[in-house]
Amino acid sequence: MADLSYVRTESHPDMPPPSSEVGILAWLRQNLFSGWLNSLLTLAAIYLLYKILPPFFGWAFWNADWNGTTYKDCTSGGACWAMIRVRFDQFMYGFYPEAERWRVNLWVVLLFGSAIPLLIENSPGKKYFAIFLFILFPPIAYLLLYGGMGLRVVDTAQWGGLFLTLVLATVSIVVSLPLGIVFALGRRSNMPIVRMICIAFIELWRGVPLITVLFMGSVMLPLFLPPGTNFDKILRTLIVMSFFSAAYMAEVVRGGLQAIPKGQFEAAQAMGLSYWKMMALIILPQALKIVIPGIVNTFIGLFKDTTLVLVIGLFDFLTIVQAATTHKNWLGTSTEGYVFVAAVFWVFCFSMSRYSITLERRLDTGHRN
Amino acid sequence: MANLDTAQGTMEVTDEVAIQIIGMHKWYGDFHVLKDIDMTVYRGERIVICGPSGSGKSTLIRCINRLEEHQQGQIIVDDIELTGDLKGIDAIRREVGMVFQHFNLFPHLTILENLTLAPIWVRKTPKAEAEETAMHYLERVKIPEQADKYPGQLSGGQQQRVAIARSLCMNPRIMLFDEPTSALDPEMISEVLDVMVGLAETGMTMICVTHEMGFARKVANRVIFMDGGEIIEQNEPEEFFNNPKSERTQLFLSQILSH
Repeated sequence: MADLSYVRTESHPDMPPPSSEVGILAWLRQNLFSGWLNSLLTLAAIYLLYKILPPFFGWAFWNADWNGTTYKDCTSGGACWAMIRVRFDQFMYGFYPEAERWRVNLWVVLLFGSAIPLLIENSPGKKYFAIFLFILFPPIAYLLLYGGMGLRVVDTAQWGGLFLTLVLATVSIVVSLPLGIVFALGRRSNMPIVRMICIAFIELWRGVPLITVLFMGSVMLPLFLPPGTNFDKILRTLIVMSFFSAAYMAEVVRGGLQAIPKGQFEAAQAMGLSYWKMMALIILPQALKIVIPGIVNTFIGLFKDTTLVLVIGLFDFLTIVQAATTHKNWLGTSTEGYVFVAAVFWVFCFSMSRYSITLERRLDTGHRN
Repeated sequence: MANLDTAQGTMEVTDEVAIQIIGMHKWYGDFHVLKDIDMTVYRGERIVICGPSGSGKSTLIRCINRLEEHQQGQIIVDDIELTGDLKGIDAIRREVGMVFQHFNLFPHLTILENLTLAPIWVRKTPKAEAEETAMHYLERVKIPEQADKYPGQLSGGQQQRVAIARSLCMNPRIMLFDEPTSALDPEMISEVLDVMVGLAETGMTMICVTHEMGFARKVANRVIFMDGGEIIEQNEPEEFFNNPKSERTQLFLSQILSH
C-alpha cells in the first residue's frame, strides 16, 4: 500500500486572475456577448436605440423652439418648449394670485430646507429640523398657503400646479406613514376589538378604488356631516389620500413586523421593556428597515396618484397641462406639456427611489436572519 | 475549559429562596407540556436542567420570566408571584436575566447600544453610567474591543458572550440560560462556558438548560433531569452522573455520554 502521508511545506502564492476575468473586454464578453442568443439580443437592442433615440433627441432638443409667444412661433418642426417657458408660472402655481406667489416659494424653501437635512446622514441639528418640520411647520404652512393673520386669504380653489401636487403628496406621505404603523401594530394586537377596528379600516380603504374614495369624499362625506359645515375640498382630498395610503402602508409595515424573528420580541421582553418601548426601540427600527423598498414604493405610487384629483376638479400639475394648452395661443402643444410633466414626475420619483437605495445601504449592519 | 476545576470552591448556596414553583402545570392547547412541577431554587444555586428534546426544560425556565404563561400552580420569584399583573412581571423581568440559544442580540444596534439599551430605558440609568457598566461587562467577557461593531460582524461565540454581558448590565439577581451553547460551532463552546463558569464564581443564582455535562459536573450544585414534562430526578452532580436512580435517567445519560 502506498504511503498516504502528505505535508504541505510552503503556501501557494496568490496569482493575478487571467485576462478573460477582468477589464472591459471581459465585461463585454460576460454581459453582452456571452452566447449567440445574447449577442443577437445585444445587436437588436443597439439597433432599436439607434432608431428611437436620434429622432427623439431631434424633436426634444436639436429641432426644438425655445422662444416665442404663440404656437405660431414654433416653426422648426420640433418641440415647442416656448409654451412651457411662457406658461411656467401656471405649471408651478396654478391660479394662485401672482402677488402672493412669494408665499408658495417661501413654503417650498422651508419645506425642502428642513426636510433635506433630515434625510442626510450625520447632518448637525437633526433634532431641531425635525421639531420644526413636524410641529412648527404645519401651522406655518397653513398660514402661508391659505392665509390669515394679516396674510390675504387665497381660496383653495385657486391652488394648482406642481405646488398643489407637492402639498397633496407631502401631507399624505407625512400622515400616512405613522398612521400606517399604528394600524399595522393594531392589526397584530392581542386585543380583539383593536384588531377588528384596524382590519376593518385597512380592508375598507384597500378594497375601494381611490377615484371612488375621492368622489365619496367630495360628494358623500358632506352628507354625513352636520348641515352648514363647510369642509374644504383640498382638506377632504388630503384626508382621503392619507387614509388611503395609510391602509397600504399598514400592510407594508405588517410585512416587516412579521419578518422579525420571535427571539427579538422575547429578548426585549426578557429585559423588561414595555410593549411600546419594545416596538419603538427594537422591533420597528428593524421592521421598517426591511420594508424600505415597500414604503418608498407606496410613496411613489401615492405621489403619482395625486393626479387623480382631476376627477374632483382640482388642477394639479398634470391637469394644468390641459388648462395651459387649451389657451388660444398654445393650441396643439399638449404633447410638450405632458412630456414636461412626465419628466418632472420622473425626477421626483427617481429621486425617492435612489434615496431609498442609499438608505438601505446606510442602515445595513451586515446582519442576515 | 480552563477554569472548570477551580469553580466550585468559592460558590456558596444560601438558605434564602430565590425561586419557588409549586404544583405548576402548563398546556399548549391540548398538550400537557409541564406536569405538576415543584421546585425551590435557593440564592447562589447553580442548577443544570437536562433531558431529551421536547421534555419541557426550556418551557420551564421560560415560565420563570413569563415568556410563557403557566395555567395552574404558583411561580414565586424574589417574593413576587407571577400572575397576569403586568407590574409584577416587569419587576421580575428586571431582576431575571436570560440568555437564549440564538443569542437574540439586536442586529440594528452596536454592541455597546445592545448593552446599554435596557439600563437606560428600563432602569433609567444615565447614559454615561450605563456605558461605563457596559464596558466593564464587555471586559469581563473579554471583548471590549468589539463595542462599536454590530452583532452581524461577530462570531457566534462572541455574540453569545455579548448576550451574557447584556443580561448582566441589568444587574440581575438570577440568570436563566436556555441552551446557550447549542447553536455554536464546537470551537466556540468553551469560550462561552468559561464566561458562565466565571459568572458562577461570583455567586450568581443560575439555571441552565444545557447538554454540556462537563459544565454540569464542575459547576452545578444540582442537576435536574426532566422527561415528558415532569421532573424525573434531581441530585448533586456526582451522584446524578455516577449513580442515577431512574431508568429514564440512566437511558438518557447512556445516550449522551456513550460517544
